[in-house]
Amino acid sequence: MLECVPEGKIEHTTGKINPAKTCQPIGAMYASLGIHGCLPHSHGSQGCCAYHRMHLTRHFRDQVLASSSSFTEGASVFGGASNLKTSIKNIFKIYNPDIIAIHTTCLSETIGDDVPNIIKQSEIPEGKVVIHTNTPSYVGSHITGFSNMCKSMVAYLAEAQGETKKEQVNVLPGFVNPGDMREIRRIVTALGIKLVMFPDTSGVLDAPLTSKYQMFPEGGATVAEIRDSGNSEVTLALGAFASNAAADLLQEKCGVTGIPLKLPIGLKATDDFIMALKDWFGVEIPKEIAIERGQVIDTLIDTHFHYQGKTVAVFGDPDHVIAMTEFAITMGMVPKYVLTGTPGKEFEATITKMLGDAGITGSKVKAEGDLFELHEWIREEKVDLMIGTTYGKYIARKEDIPLVRFGFPILDRAVHPLMPVVGYRGCLRLIEQISNALLERRDRDALDEDFELVL
Amino acid sequence: MEESCTLSRAATACIAERQDSILTTGKSRSRIHCTTDSLAGSVSQRACVFCGARVVLNPVTDAVHLVHGPIGCATYTMDIRGSLSSGSELFRTSFSTDMKEKDVIFGGEKKLAACIDEIVEKYHPPAIFVYATCVSGMIGDDIIAVCKAASARHNTEVIPVESSGFISGNKVVGYRAAAEALLTLIRPKEGEIVEKTRKVNFLGEYNLAGEMWLTRRYLAEMGIEINVAFTGDSTVAALKRAPSACLNLVQCTGSMHWVATNLERSFGTPYMDVNFFGPENTAESLRKIAAFYEDPAISARAEALIAREMSRIRPEIEKYRSKLRGKRAAIYLGGAYKAIAIIRQLRGLGMEIVLSGTQTGNADEYENMSRILSEGTIIIDDANPAELEKFLIEKHVDVMIGGVKERFLAYKLGIGFVDHNHDRKDGLAGFDGAVRFAREVYVTTCSPVWKSLRTPAPGGTIHGQ
Repeated sequence: MLECVPEGKIEHTTGKINPAKTCQPIGAMYASLGIHGCLPHSHGSQGCCAYHRMHLTRHFRDQVLASSSSFTEGASVFGGASNLKTSIKNIFKIYNPDIIAIHTTCLSETIGDDVPNIIKQSEIPEGKVVIHTNTPSYVGSHITGFSNMCKSMVAYLAEAQGETKKEQVNVLPGFVNPGDMREIRRIVTALGIKLVMFPDTSGVLDAPLTSKYQMFPEGGATVAEIRDSGNSEVTLALGAFASNAAADLLQEKCGVTGIPLKLPIGLKATDDFIMALKDWFGVEIPKEIAIERGQVIDTLIDTHFHYQGKTVAVFGDPDHVIAMTEFAITMGMVPKYVLTGTPGKEFEATITKMLGDAGITGSKVKAEGDLFELHEWIREEKVDLMIGTTYGKYIARKEDIPLVRFGFPILDRAVHPLMPVVGYRGCLRLIEQISNALLERRDRDALDEDFELVL
Repeated sequence: MEESCTLSRAATACIAERQDSILTTGKSRSRIHCTTDSLAGSVSQRACVFCGARVVLNPVTDAVHLVHGPIGCATYTMDIRGSLSSGSELFRTSFSTDMKEKDVIFGGEKKLAACIDEIVEKYHPPAIFVYATCVSGMIGDDIIAVCKAASARHNTEVIPVESSGFISGNKVVGYRAAAEALLTLIRPKEGEIVEKTRKVNFLGEYNLAGEMWLTRRYLAEMGIEINVAFTGDSTVAALKRAPSACLNLVQCTGSMHWVATNLERSFGTPYMDVNFFGPENTAESLRKIAAFYEDPAISARAEALIAREMSRIRPEIEKYRSKLRGKRAAIYLGGAYKAIAIIRQLRGLGMEIVLSGTQTGNADEYENMSRILSEGTIIIDDANPAELEKFLIEKHVDVMIGGVKERFLAYKLGIGFVDHNHDRKDGLAGFDGAVRFAREVYVTTCSPVWKSLRTPAPGGTIHGQ
């Protein structure tokens, strides 16, 4: 990939070269891990399940368990019903989860297995639950798969008990790290508001290491909590691509008002998130949160000359990239290239409007792109900084540009899944990473006579 | 074979159907249940046919590897193996036809042909491997015909790899698909005469963390040159010269025995099994190779090399052995060939092996494994994490040797871990690799972090609870 883009100007129209997305089932698997006591089940051949577990393990650096229907040629010819029924029986017998969340793969989708019907015909022990979602890999991306599983949680579980609503908020956190989900919970709790958050992988994929092994760690939203989400007054859907579908269904099915918001990454998006809670519930902003916001402003002023006017390429998942682009503009940077692998026209429209409002011209924006295109843009005209996933490291090395790792997946750094990028604390972390990447660069490039102790 | 079998059943499997896949070395006799499909609903550590084909072919550095399927298959295997290249880096670039719903309904052949055209125009690669995946196989895309037409159109090698994932749950089937693609590539053109040289091919060596380069240095010192490795740091042109070798060395037998026997049949090239994991295996292999040449000078140089390296590494290994003596190890790897080598290495470090298993071992390999293990050792095929957890606890394991999916299971149980799969960054082959392996086992087994885990937290008994 160091030679990813051949010489000369090239139009790339067919297939993908160095994809900036992956497939639906892994998103569904990740979402399922955000339910307490859940074993995700991949209805297809073993390879998919193994890859998804491997990929998630590499990013989260924690154990990811999921079972597979273990399709072989027989299942592919005669259908996967018997494999799925056997799987359900075996899973409850061997692993005894509270809930199994099934997602399909391209194979079971292509042969057309009727999963809800097979579930109905299966033996499910008393008190246990089996849900499913359809995640053909040839549609959308991992974000679509995450969104579909969240929607299925609502479809299968959420219930409204009468007209009266509880004074509580549902938060759909989007495809973010467990550290982010933990931080979102902390903020909402600090505002004194009761919340139901699902999925919630905190406590599952960032669980403390104890001397005791737990196949199903203590974290995750319980089935009872997700059921209760139908009784909440309001749902905050964080990130349109990952969360809107579930919020819309919750509104339609249980009459819970849905408010679409950006992922609370960056100053403005965090402000919007907190103001939405304040406006709805009429709470006061606690001093703790006000102090944190003040620290962000203070730090932005301390560091603004590090990044002011610098050009940046932002790439990764759409909700992440939208929020990050907004923050980059807030910081005075120029988002020159903005790209996601996930399809969706609203991505380009949202970013283009953001750039237009900020008076930034000449930027390139693309949904359903790949890293070949990003590399080609960068090769034509360089940027000062890249912000995105680990896959950007080849371009960063080849073109000698610092890379701030952000989003999913990050396969070559540690500790990141625990460190939030959401909320005001997340703002501080992003400012630290961006400033320091540029300062590190300055030190590295400085001539002896320009090399200074204090920057 | 059956009479001497020393495996007895461990009546402790989590589920009845898995009973025969878990055995204990000892007096009673039975064959292990293996090489079959995994149980539906298992959390299997196995991968798929496509994965097998991809790991074997991916280290062909200057070829384009085009995955014909939806995006995931290409994304997860992008630069997957940690194979290093001394030349082209093209193999790290990930090409996918990115099949969409429309392609699934109307067929993906046109898109595949268009992708090949675009790739040829942009990259002019010497060869394109086109991998079939579950979907392209299921909808019946004729990738053989598309490749043949593209090959004629562009006068370049476009080789189909029939690796649809659902054919089997066993990676070994994918090794075979890759082997067939390789044989297609190296088949000489009609009328072409292959002249033999005194060079060797090195089969089943993928240059993880530069391991092939290490072996090449040893052989060079003995006066033997490697013609081409299958497929570590190889190029299309070098692979085409494969028939000219006088001997094929086979390291990863699971992936390459079939290629070796075919090369013998087609080109009369003999082959021998070698193994460069562990100092004793390395020394034995070097001696075997030298003996093939029947040249006293080569043998003398081999002996000198072995003596020098052995005496150089002995004190290093001894340093770690003194720390590791008596520690208990578990092994769970993809193939049996590597597991057997590691059993020997861990023994050399004074350690006890209490569990040994693989994803894809066959009955004879398990039989060989059982011969070298002491009585009471658990042997397990296609384990799931619940079983691994059970035995890791029961057997009081100190360190586990495995792949990425086992790492955090071990950590959660407070057990050290060494990756001997794709994720390793240090070469573990040869004499130097043996020292690195010993160091890795030592670093994790004897790390002070385990003390923190066992010390009660302030104000409580368990951490963070």
